[in-house]
Formats: sequence, structure tokens, C-alpha cells
Amino acid sequence: MEPVLKAQGISKSFTDPVDFQVLKDINFQVEKGEFVTIMGKSGCGKSTLLYILSTMDRDYTGNLFLEGSKLTGQSPAELAKVRNEHIGFVFQFHYLLPEFTILENVMLPAQKLGRRTAEEIRADALEKLTLLDIAEQANKLASRISGGQKQRVAIARALINNPMIIMGDEPTGNLDSHNADNVFNIFKQLGKERNLSLLIVTHDDDFAKKTDRIIRMEDGRILA
Amino acid sequence: MRISQKHLLARKKQTTVAALGVTFGIGTFIILVSFMTGLNGLLDGLILNRTPHIHLFNEIRPSEHQPVDLADEYKEGINVVHSIKPKQSLKRVHNALPIINYLEELPEVKGVTPQVMAQVFYISGSIELNGVVYGVNILDEERLFNMSDYIVEGSARALENDQNGILLGAGIASKMSAKLGDKIQISTVGGGIFPLQIVGIYQSGLAEIDDKQSYVNLVTAQRILGESRNYITDINVKLYDIENAPPMAVRLQRQFNIRAVDIKSANAQFETGTSIRNLITYAVSITLLVVAGFGIYNILNMVIYEKMNDIAILKATGFSGRDVKWIFILQALVIGFVGGVIGLVAGYFFSVLIDHSPFETDALPTIKTFPVNFNPLYYVIGMVFAMVSTFFAGYLPALRAEKIDPVEILRGQ
Repeated sequence: MEPVLKAQGISKSFTDPVDFQVLKDINFQVEKGEFVTIMGKSGCGKSTLLYILSTMDRDYTGNLFLEGSKLTGQSPAELAKVRNEHIGFVFQFHYLLPEFTILENVMLPAQKLGRRTAEEIRADALEKLTLLDIAEQANKLASRISGGQKQRVAIARALINNPMIIMGDEPTGNLDSHNADNVFNIFKQLGKERNLSLLIVTHDDDFAKKTDRIIRMEDGRILA
Repeated sequence: MRISQKHLLARKKQTTVAALGVTFGIGTFIILVSFMTGLNGLLDGLILNRTPHIHLFNEIRPSEHQPVDLADEYKEGINVVHSIKPKQSLKRVHNALPIINYLEELPEVKGVTPQVMAQVFYISGSIELNGVVYGVNILDEERLFNMSDYIVEGSARALENDQNGILLGAGIASKMSAKLGDKIQISTVGGGIFPLQIVGIYQSGLAEIDDKQSYVNLVTAQRILGESRNYITDINVKLYDIENAPPMAVRLQRQFNIRAVDIKSANAQFETGTSIRNLITYAVSITLLVVAGFGIYNILNMVIYEKMNDIAILKATGFSGRDVKWIFILQALVIGFVGGVIGLVAGYFFSVLIDHSPFETDALPTIKTFPVNFNPLYYVIGMVFAMVSTFFAGYLPALRAEKIDPVEILRGQ
């Protein structure tokens, strides 16, 4: 079976302010249903790698495949479509749109995808919110709920288009340990129940230890 | 899209200010343009409406060819004839009735009115005031040249019904202290005194006309002059399209060997005044809209700075740069549309207000309020202006939003 995500010889350099190679020949892959964390010190390039894997950063050499189809070299509009449909994101900061209600925030990517009617999306969004145990807040504005709740909403949003993989950039970095555990459990459960791949960048050792595989990075390379 | 709507609603104050800018620009445009064109119409009407598009008459002037030019034996020489005088000829238009019939058949002609001009003296006691009496078909004049707008007392109908009636100029009437219903006497250059009853008084607004000119029926004028029914001195032609006047005048002049003056060469200065007033109107309106446009530009720029995170997250969740760009252009267009519509309504409201403000002038006895032109075309132009200017004001910031790199924003935290 094809791996969900495959990185082949990915390198990236910054030329500004000084020439600096952040990533050096990165090769790895994520299998279906696998829960992978990337760990490493600040500045080792793990976030940079995540943004390349997420298709938002197109400035790199090497090849990137999502379920066997090559993403490298596609146009920004095509990549936006791929992100919309197949990749879910959770960030350290919650990044909900504050003028929208929780429900609307969750519905947004599905409305962009435009495959289902508003009613279907609404039902699905409510179901995802129920799964994450915040359905009762659905009609509150996104700016009116706590940090832990926001992160769960962000996860619900990442799930709405039933992606192949969820990526997270320190999704627990800004949460207290209770909420961090909570988020981890949600991820774990999702991976199991939906056979979803997870790729999480984190500093949190406790978080990482509980996952299927840890990729350690140092100075732009993956340590064995 | 709904994101734009939310953004706008979330920033009610700024949005309102931006929309107000457009409202102000469009409203001013509507008021200015309605008022200006209303005034233009009025001023043009003052002269142009009652000026025939083509005026045919027999001008007295010396013959262009003297007998000596035709003589064969002097063909080679340079012939100089001193002190040329006009040939004795009649003031009447030759074959006037056939010409009128011919003109009335032409498809581009709206109407033709014959006139008989007679030099007269108005006799008031022992004083004789010199002046001109025009014999006209008064109902045709009313239909084609808006005569009734200038009749301040009495009516055109009354003249039509009274063979001995006269429509007296206001200036003459006041000099002679004559009132409606009074009888006055006029005498012609050739002698002969005719008593006429005043059936109406008209005021054109131009003193030199009001002090001299009066109207009687065509047959009355012919009788005063002692001429027959086919004696016509002037033929006035009104066309459907004023633009046809100059070429047609040239044609008629050649065809009938008669002097034909078109309205454009007679009143060239009015065109200039009109176009300059229009220019000023559009210049002021465009300036206002540009200012409003900068307001929108600023506000959207601010919104984009504030919404960097939102833009980044939208892009991360699969909205393309295009989508983001359109979100902001849409916001600008909504501002433009709402502001524009309110501007149109406000402009209309103020136009109505101006239309009902009193405005009295001697020049225009029948006008009691300011003239305003409610041409729907100006409202369409105003709306197009609003949309175009806001589109450009929104386009530049939106382009920036399109280019925002989500990675930089998301990493920057």
C-alpha cells in the first residue's frame, strides 16, 4: 500500500540574511493510520519541514508525494485544493476566525470544497463537534471560548473534509497539561477510529512518547 | 461570500465611514449633474427652444454678379464696379407656400411655421414707439417653439380666435401702460392705422425683444401690410435632430436660392457654455469619488493588516490566493454598492428639494423653482462610477492579501 505521505530528498536553504541550509536531504514517510511526532530543538528545521509537507511552502528541492501523487511543482491553486480536501491542520495558536461562530468556523473548509449542501455540512460539523465534546458551544462566537476549547474546534475544523492526514505544529504547546492530554487523547482516538494519519511537531516529550513513532531532527537532518 | 459580510459587520464604524465617503461622492455627483443639466436645459431653452433650427428668409444684399461680368467683350479684363447697391427686390420669400409644403414632407422636419414680419409703430397717445410685429400661426409656434412658456397674461388660444388681437411684448405694454383687453393702435411704415385688442402679454426675458416685438395672426399681419395670403417673409423650421440643421441649411440655401441660417452657427456660444458646465460637473464628481476611493483603500489596507492571521488560516485550510483576493474585492464592492445606492437616494432627495426651492427671475416668467434634470441615465452613471472606483480601491489591497505567504504569518508567532 502507498504511504500517505512520502518525502524524498527534501532540502531547503535560506539565502537571507545569510546562506543557511535548514533542511538537508530529508527522506521519510508516514503510513496510513500512523501517529508520528517530529521532535527536535528550536531551529532544527522541524517547523520548516512541516510547512513544506503541508504544501504551503513551495520553495524547496526534492519531491513530495501524497498517496502516491506528486505534489511538488503543482500550482498554488491546485495545492490549495489539495490542502482543502486531504490535509487537516492544527496550529499552536488556534487561529479561528473570531467573527464567526464555532459552527461556522468548522463548516468553512467544507463550504470551500463545495461537495455537499449547507445542511449536510452543518450536520457533519455538529457531529464532529459532538465527537470533540464541544457541540453545546456551537453557536458561540469563536472569540468567546477558552484556549482548550478553541483547540478542539480547530481539530474539528481539520476533520471536516475527512482528510487523509492531520498535521499539527505544536498543537499542545499553548495548553496546560490537562488540556494537552485531552488533545492527545483525541488525536489518538481519531487515528484509531478513522485510520487517520497524524504528523505532529512538538517539544513535549510526554506527548511524543505516547505516539507510534518519533522522528528526531537535528541541524536539518533526521537522526536515526 | 459570507466572510466579507462578517468582516464588514464586525467593523461597522469603518465600513460606515467608507460607505459614507462613496455616498457623499455619488450624492454630490447626482445633485451637481441634475442641477447643472437642469440649468443647462433652462438656459438653452431660453434661446434655443424658441430659435428655429433653420431660419429661411430673403436677405437683401447686392447681387454677386454684376452685368459687366456676363458681357463677353469684358471677360478678359479686370472689372471694377464701384458703389454697388442692392437690387430692388421684395422682402418676401418667393414661392413661400410650395417651399413650406415641401419642407413639411421631409421626414427629418418636425414642423414648419411661416412668419410675416412687419415694421410698425405702436401708437400711444402722441408718442410713436417703433417695433416689429410678427404674423404667425400662433398654435404652431406654441407647439414647436414653446410660445406659451412666455405668455404671462392671456393665452395663445385667445390670439388664434381673434383676428384683431395682438400678443404684446411686456416692455411695450408697460411703456404704453396697456393692460389685457385694452385697445391699441399700430401704424405701418407705409401709413395706415390699425386698431388691435390686446389678448395677451408675453415676456421672453430678453428686454430688447420684449420692448419691440409683438405677435399677431398671419392674416392680420398680411392685412396690415396690404399684402396677399402668399406673402411670407420668414420660414422657421424645427427638426427632430438639431444635428441635421447645418447640412440641411446649406442644402436649402442652394435649392431655393434663399438665405438659410442654422441654429448652430447662430448660437455657437451656447454649445461651449454647456460643455464647460458638464466638464466641471464631472471633474468635481470624479475628484470626490477618488477621495472616497482612497478612504476605502485605507480601510481595506487596515483590515488586511489586522486580518493577517485569518488570511493565513484561510489559505492553510485550502482557500487559494484568488479566493482571498475576492473576499476583499467583494468587501470593497459591497461598500461601493451600499454607499452608491444611499448616495443615489440622497442625491435624488436633495434634487427634489432643490427642485422645490423657489427661484424667480424676470428672464423666465413661467419658472418658479430651480430647474432640475431627473434623467435616470445620471443615476446609472453614478452607480457605475461608484462600483468602478471602489473596485479599484479594493483591488490593490486585495492583491496584497492574495500574495500574503501563510507560512511567514504562521511561523512568525
